[in-house]
Amino acid sequence: MFLQQLLNSIAIGSVYALTSMGATLIYGILGILDIANAGAYVLGAYLGLLFYSLSGNILIAFVVTMIITGLFGILIQKYVYRPLLSQPAYIPLIASIGIFIFIENIIRLIAGPTIKEFTVNLPFQSLNFANLHINNVWVLIFIVALILMFLLWYLLKMTKIGLAWRATAQDLDIAKTMGINTNRVISLNFFLGYSFAASAGILIGILYNSIYPTMGSVVSYKMLAIIVLGGLGNPFGTLVAALLIGFIETMVGAYIGFFIPRNAIAFVALVIILLISPQGLFTQKSRI
Amino acid sequence: MYAIVVMINVGIFVLLALSLNIITGYAGQPNIGQGAFFGIGAYSGAILTGKLGIYFWLAMPISAIITGFIGFFLGLISIRIKEDFLAIVTIALNFIVAAIFQNVKFFGGSMGLSVPSPYWFGNPLSYHGYLILIIILIILVIIFSKLIEKSWLGMALGAIRNNERAADSLGIDTKKFKIMAFVLGTSIAGLTGAVYAHYMTFIMASDFGFLTSVSILSMVILGGNNTIRGPIVGAIILGLIPEVFRFISDYRLLVYALILILMIRFQPSGLLGDDSFVWQKLTNLRASYFKRRGA
Repeated sequence: MFLQQLLNSIAIGSVYALTSMGATLIYGILGILDIANAGAYVLGAYLGLLFYSLSGNILIAFVVTMIITGLFGILIQKYVYRPLLSQPAYIPLIASIGIFIFIENIIRLIAGPTIKEFTVNLPFQSLNFANLHINNVWVLIFIVALILMFLLWYLLKMTKIGLAWRATAQDLDIAKTMGINTNRVISLNFFLGYSFAASAGILIGILYNSIYPTMGSVVSYKMLAIIVLGGLGNPFGTLVAALLIGFIETMVGAYIGFFIPRNAIAFVALVIILLISPQGLFTQKSRI
Repeated sequence: MYAIVVMINVGIFVLLALSLNIITGYAGQPNIGQGAFFGIGAYSGAILTGKLGIYFWLAMPISAIITGFIGFFLGLISIRIKEDFLAIVTIALNFIVAAIFQNVKFFGGSMGLSVPSPYWFGNPLSYHGYLILIIILIILVIIFSKLIEKSWLGMALGAIRNNERAADSLGIDTKKFKIMAFVLGTSIAGLTGAVYAHYMTFIMASDFGFLTSVSILSMVILGGNNTIRGPIVGAIILGLIPEVFRFISDYRLLVYALILILMIRFQPSGLLGDDSFVWQKLTNLRASYFKRRGA
């Protein structure tokens, strides 16, 4: 029973990690709290369903959706965020909230406000060991999360792009004077951030077999709790924090039965942890 | 009748925007949780008159004090947790407060709370009465804000806003002044909440959520942070948009979002902020007018 809950919490935590990774990457470089990332999550879910129903292949749906949403991220970055970089941090925050509301409503108007089913035929079955049940969607989540996290790690730590990226995160202006094309770094950052959120949207859509225009609203704030716990702009910290929040939520839901609804637990945990350690679980020194 | 209802709604937003301006404008502290304090004031007012039978006119200031007391704790938190981290703690506040209102039986749970209507010389307070009350409150809050701007408190808050560490090193008690800003700002929101609860006669936790906080903050920023004219104009514009675009009800939020993005994108210091395009044009116009008269 405990093992079952643990697996459950890891599956949820992995999706949380994918969802919040985009916001973390963006904060790491630009210092913007990007709520619009939750918009990319909704957009991803709908585009994923569209391309899955067009192609019938979940792999194609994933790749095409991630590319399109990523390009959308680049556009937003170029036309909304970049001109606002010299402003105090709450200005881009309000812009991002505007973008998020905009995406939600555009989707509601085009696709309708009702819940859509997201049924996918996966090439593998659910697994059963003794009394341990592993849902086949969980397997998909583990695979996607592992691939994307490995890709990110490889990009950041093993390539020259990653080096430029880390330099930009440390100091944008100095990196620019050293000849790094910071605009390209920022573009790539948004591309990855938005495509990660899109993949998380598809995974959640498949997991709960339903997508709807307001599916991003819970994510938009839970994502914030997770990236703050992870130390704002620290991908590794975000991964740990996402798994931790997934774990706390599942365990509190299963064993304690709190008087607070599931979605508020993340915030209670957040406030308590921040009061003990005001910079989150991982300090800014280890940013990106 | 319809016009009066709209004016009351906009007036409540003006009060909330002015209250938030003390925190985000004067003290320069991020706060995306003003809706929660609005809610705390509303629930305090509702319980004071509905369950304890206290007069509305007495319940109003008591609600403000209760809310300010809770705002005091946010002030304490703001000493330890700063900037973006503080912004997120204030977001968290929305959800924690809403969760408590929604799940504790005493606060009516998910059924909400109904509020008895207040009396004024034996008659129930009419919509006109509410409008007059809110206009009086707005005038008082404007005078109060002017007083803060001119006082030591305003100057100390300005120093904190520009550079907290420098202010600290100059011997300004930044902790004390920050807490004062939080207490003052939140208690005005609480007062507004108490009025709102009695005006609506029925309140629910979902009225005071994250979206309310975001729209209050948007009003302040969009109008011009750290001014008095800014939040008022911002609240009027964003408060009226849903009414003006009522005829395209389905597209209302879309238009709202679009206006928000465009205004922030092209006028980030607010429509009437000190270095906004519009305000500079206006001041230039005034200057040239006086110059011509002088010559």
